[in-house]
Amino acid sequence: MSSIKETKSKSNIKLYKILVYIALIVLAVSIIIPVAWVFMASLKSNAEFVGKDVNPFAFPKKLIWENFSLAFGKAKMGEYLLNSVIVTSLALIISLIVALPAAYCLARFEFKGRKFISAGFMAGLFVNVNYIVVPIFLMLSSANRTLGINFFLNNRLVLAIVYASTSLPFTIYLLSGYFRTLPTAYEEAALIDGCGYFKTMIKIMIPMARPSIITVILFNFLAYWNEYIIAFTLMASRNKTLPVGLQNLMAVEKTATNYGIMYAGLVIVMLPTLILYISVQKKLTQGMSLGGLKD
Amino acid sequence: MNKRKSQRRFIFACMAPAVILITIFMAIPTFNVFRMSLYKWGGISNNKTFQGLKNFKILIKDQNFLQSIQNSILIITLVTIITLAIAVFFAAILTQEKLKGQNFFRVIFYIPNILSIVVISAIFGAIYDPQSGLLNSVLGFLSLDNLKRMWMGDPNIVIYSLIFALIWQAIGYYMVMYMASMASIPDSFYEAAGLDGAGKVKQFFVITLPLIWDNIRTTLTFFVISTINLSFLMVQIMTSGGPNGQTEVFLSYMYKQAYTSSAYGYGMAIGVVVFSFSFILSAVINKITEREALEF
Repeated sequence: MSSIKETKSKSNIKLYKILVYIALIVLAVSIIIPVAWVFMASLKSNAEFVGKDVNPFAFPKKLIWENFSLAFGKAKMGEYLLNSVIVTSLALIISLIVALPAAYCLARFEFKGRKFISAGFMAGLFVNVNYIVVPIFLMLSSANRTLGINFFLNNRLVLAIVYASTSLPFTIYLLSGYFRTLPTAYEEAALIDGCGYFKTMIKIMIPMARPSIITVILFNFLAYWNEYIIAFTLMASRNKTLPVGLQNLMAVEKTATNYGIMYAGLVIVMLPTLILYISVQKKLTQGMSLGGLKD
Repeated sequence: MNKRKSQRRFIFACMAPAVILITIFMAIPTFNVFRMSLYKWGGISNNKTFQGLKNFKILIKDQNFLQSIQNSILIITLVTIITLAIAVFFAAILTQEKLKGQNFFRVIFYIPNILSIVVISAIFGAIYDPQSGLLNSVLGFLSLDNLKRMWMGDPNIVIYSLIFALIWQAIGYYMVMYMASMASIPDSFYEAAGLDGAGKVKQFFVITLPLIWDNIRTTLTFFVISTINLSFLMVQIMTSGGPNGQTEVFLSYMYKQAYTSSAYGYGMAIGVVVFSFSFILSAVINKITEREALEF
């Protein structure tokens, strides 16, 4: 009697496990297929997209690598890629140079106005760029007008500064949280040995904060690389970045039905993030619980 | 004394760049959103006249804005409920069961979250394409031709197509969040419950759900904020509010007014309303989901 019951519950558990696997696989497939499909589509010829009885899931008849050279050259994705690389790296450098000292001071020193500044930075966590992108645009264009120059818009350095500034609250919040967990013994020893404040920070504290710096770089890299609305608003005529260029390509190539080039452009945008993600995925999904606000 | 002075100088040098940048690019623009909402400001001539709350008075009678409120509320509600349910379900499965390939699934589910919103929009453009799209050809393959639709063209469907895309991209992020908090629940709780004869489903409702409740409440605020933002970006890229205003959302309407048609003052008034709305909604949700904290 009891053995029958046992086999029954065992087969129940087995059934349950199978159902669980099916659910997991369905969700996984729904994510993998569209992404993998884009890679496949980027190597197809145009004839394989248009027409009534075209099977979009068929493998490419012939690998058209030309799509990529056309995307890079004619569709200017090469130029946009360069712009994205420049803006992203500049923004990463600026955000670290500005955020590290500020985070360190907020974590370690008592000074006048500390509470006020730190509350202000916290409030910045709740300000989303979507609301302030138009005022930023107006500010920059009126700066252009007042000075009679054409400098602040369509400028990669300015875009990088805007990126870095809008991510400062998050960056400082995360870094200063980490600085607080570090022991004070090292810097006290260094100060007693006659090492100046600045040198202590650069030589001792910043190297110790490496894990949190890497986390910050990862999150900020993804944010800057993928950013759309600021770049779209501030870089309307020149120096477009990849996401803006891709959106252009989508609008243009769809009407010209040049699908292959469009999907090649798509691959160019997402490949760097995918490679980065696959190589550091542990860090990213763990770092998330450190407290990240989603944009 | 000298040391004090050099410390002060050091702190000043460290803090000044951050304070200046945040002031210029965040504090002043935020302040300007509120200030500009009180002005009639725009056009090519760029002249501004103070007019108090007139923008807001026009706004409450603006049919397009009312439509965008409706659409936004529908999107926020559906995305939150469906994503929450799916994410909690999969998080519970992945933390509870000793499954093969656990890490593999987690890595895959998180992928949409690292893709640019432009990439996601392009992918769904390919899926929803009426002729060569993936969805319609799968339906054709299954001989379900009568289910084929103009996913982005049919005014009755387009908002649900958008909602589906938003859910697709959000599941992984929230799942990882819930997994992190579920992982901290001690195994012994489940063992004890198992000995008492509680099944998996009951264990979930009696143990897992109450213990991650605080985490769920936090993410509800995230849901409100991020759905408002992401639906804007997706609409901006995919539909620009069309067809017929069926996908106009809060911020896409703001952007349209403020940037595309240069009615800055009016656009910023919309921004103020939306910001207050998201703030109040988050506070209300926070209040009504309040439970006595369970600790372990």
